[in-house]
Amino acid sequence: MGRYLIRRLLQFIPVFFGATFLIFALVFIMPGDPIRALSGDKPLAPEVVQALQERYHLDEPFFVQYAIYIGNVFQGDFGTDFRGRPVSELMADRLPVTIRLALLAFGFEVVIGLTAGVVAGVRKGKFFDSLVLVSTLVVLAIPVFVLGFIAQIVFGVKLGWFPISGYREGWWSLVLPALVLGSLSLAYIARLSRTSLVENLRADYVRTAKAKGLSTPRVIGIHTLRNSLIPVVTYLAVDLGALMGGAIITETIFNLPGVGRAVFEATRAQEGTVVVGIATFLVIVYMVANLLVDVLYGVLDPRIRYD
Amino acid sequence: MTDNGKNANVPDQSPDPSSEAPTSPDPSGEEPTLYADTVSEYLPQDPVAAASDEASQRERFRQSPGMDVGLEDMPRTASLWGDAWRQLRRRPMFIISAILIAILVVISFFPGLFATHDPRDCNLIDSLLLPSSEHWFGTDLQGCDYYSRTLYGTRVSISIGILSVFFITIIAVVGGSVSGYYGGKVDSIIGRITDIWFVIPTILGGIVILSLVRTRGIVTVSLVLIVLGWATLLRLVRSSVLAVKANDYVEAARAMGASNTRIIMRHVLPNAIAPVIIVSAIYVGVIIAAEAALSFLGVGLQLPAISWGLMISTAQQRIITAPYLLVFPGAFLSVTVFSFILMGDALRDALDPKLR
Repeated sequence: MGRYLIRRLLQFIPVFFGATFLIFALVFIMPGDPIRALSGDKPLAPEVVQALQERYHLDEPFFVQYAIYIGNVFQGDFGTDFRGRPVSELMADRLPVTIRLALLAFGFEVVIGLTAGVVAGVRKGKFFDSLVLVSTLVVLAIPVFVLGFIAQIVFGVKLGWFPISGYREGWWSLVLPALVLGSLSLAYIARLSRTSLVENLRADYVRTAKAKGLSTPRVIGIHTLRNSLIPVVTYLAVDLGALMGGAIITETIFNLPGVGRAVFEATRAQEGTVVVGIATFLVIVYMVANLLVDVLYGVLDPRIRYD
Repeated sequence: MTDNGKNANVPDQSPDPSSEAPTSPDPSGEEPTLYADTVSEYLPQDPVAAASDEASQRERFRQSPGMDVGLEDMPRTASLWGDAWRQLRRRPMFIISAILIAILVVISFFPGLFATHDPRDCNLIDSLLLPSSEHWFGTDLQGCDYYSRTLYGTRVSISIGILSVFFITIIAVVGGSVSGYYGGKVDSIIGRITDIWFVIPTILGGIVILSLVRTRGIVTVSLVLIVLGWATLLRLVRSSVLAVKANDYVEAARAMGASNTRIIMRHVLPNAIAPVIIVSAIYVGVIIAAEAALSFLGVGLQLPAISWGLMISTAQQRIITAPYLLVFPGAFLSVTVFSFILMGDALRDALDPKLR
């Protein structure tokens, strides 16, 4: 396990620098002069241009700029917005909402998705199984933002069960957005756990467990489920990326003051620095989550470790 | 959901003995048969026709330099594809999705045939009319016929979806088969590059790049989606190629002195391609949804382009007074994504022998 852990950690370093470099390079090669974009229609005095260039190190070569940028990131500095407010401060403001939303969505995914998947897998070919397959297919096909508006119209406006938008009722106003945000992964987890369970139920060790005279709940709950959940756990890392992309859309639709909405607002206001700053932060979160799941995967499945 | 095909089993086939036979060194000079209709290739062929076909196919293999050989040669080498086609024809899931995709493609090529109005000929007097016999889907704020606009929106979605997935698949197949087949240093380099790309979520990366571009058209958006979307599929091709490479018939071909290129094209790719095709079909739906999401967020296509994402974004402000403005493009978008995902599912059922 120790060697596996060290290897994973070592692999993380090039990916970290590579991904931050990639974001930086993609932004760097984009056409347009940032200072001219900042000044708008009025041309700036050459002294001002020079001062700005020095301040933002725009006169330095590409790699030096990247080194400065990554150095700042290590110090928790993700740049400032146009009003001079640090992006890290903005995120500290917005993150709690997004984390709550993501946790709630995650909870729905695991509780509803897993239950539906396991029940469908156990009753393979029965009515409930077909119901889960068809309904998950429909949910997978409807893009998050369409689903968000449908939920808003039906449950918010027509039925009045949930707040339509905003964040005035705390956790309660997050329930509907979290369901929408988690719907895609919920459907996928249901399908994944069903397939995995069905596959494992045919395994020899399950037959052995049954032959030993163990009760069905024990055979399924202890013996089969533990192995069936491995692919589901791996999926959770990928899922986090989907949650972040989805949070931008969901928070915009439901007007929640989270990080996702901050990205949207910055995009609308064309505040490139804020977009890049938040994106860098989110990509780092995603990378760390990927690493953690990789490690967890190694704990769960010894075959991976000795590969 | 992009990982859908990872569990798909790579079909294990016994090698076709005739394909192992060394081909004569001089081209016989006959014209290679070019198929106009790819679907007809999947039909089970009678042995005589197949045999005569064989020569021309082999001929074509020697002459064509591109990757497409592996793809087009498949039905001949494999009873798997014949089986799959026979199965598919009977599956309602496949028939429904194929009909839906066919309709959508026809609409996207000739929207004018089905539209009742010019989507850009708008009259402010007709602003926000409810659906009627004159305007089937009503009109939008500018008084444009919404039915015609929705139909024209098909063009953008289908072209971005198919264009992007076409290039993503090419990158993934070339990169993945090189990486998986040769292994070693090449594999490590491609693998590390893929790792880096893999940690950048598509929507987030798309927002970062596209928010810096001033004018965005179909090509720009497709390009960004290609740049951000290839990593998952490349990993899939690589693992699929690795699994096929371990088979005895690959070893046999090598023992007979076949070149690496020939082994990849002739033996590895045809057998490794099934999961790739499944995921590519699903990917078209994923990319279409991503384009709509980006346009909805204001970083995708720009007005005056007609795109479902843009229409939904505009409709957002009036979801209580005019919900139909949201419902129609939303329904078209969902049905489009649905048909491609359904197609992928149907293909998986037919191509994955484990599920039979």
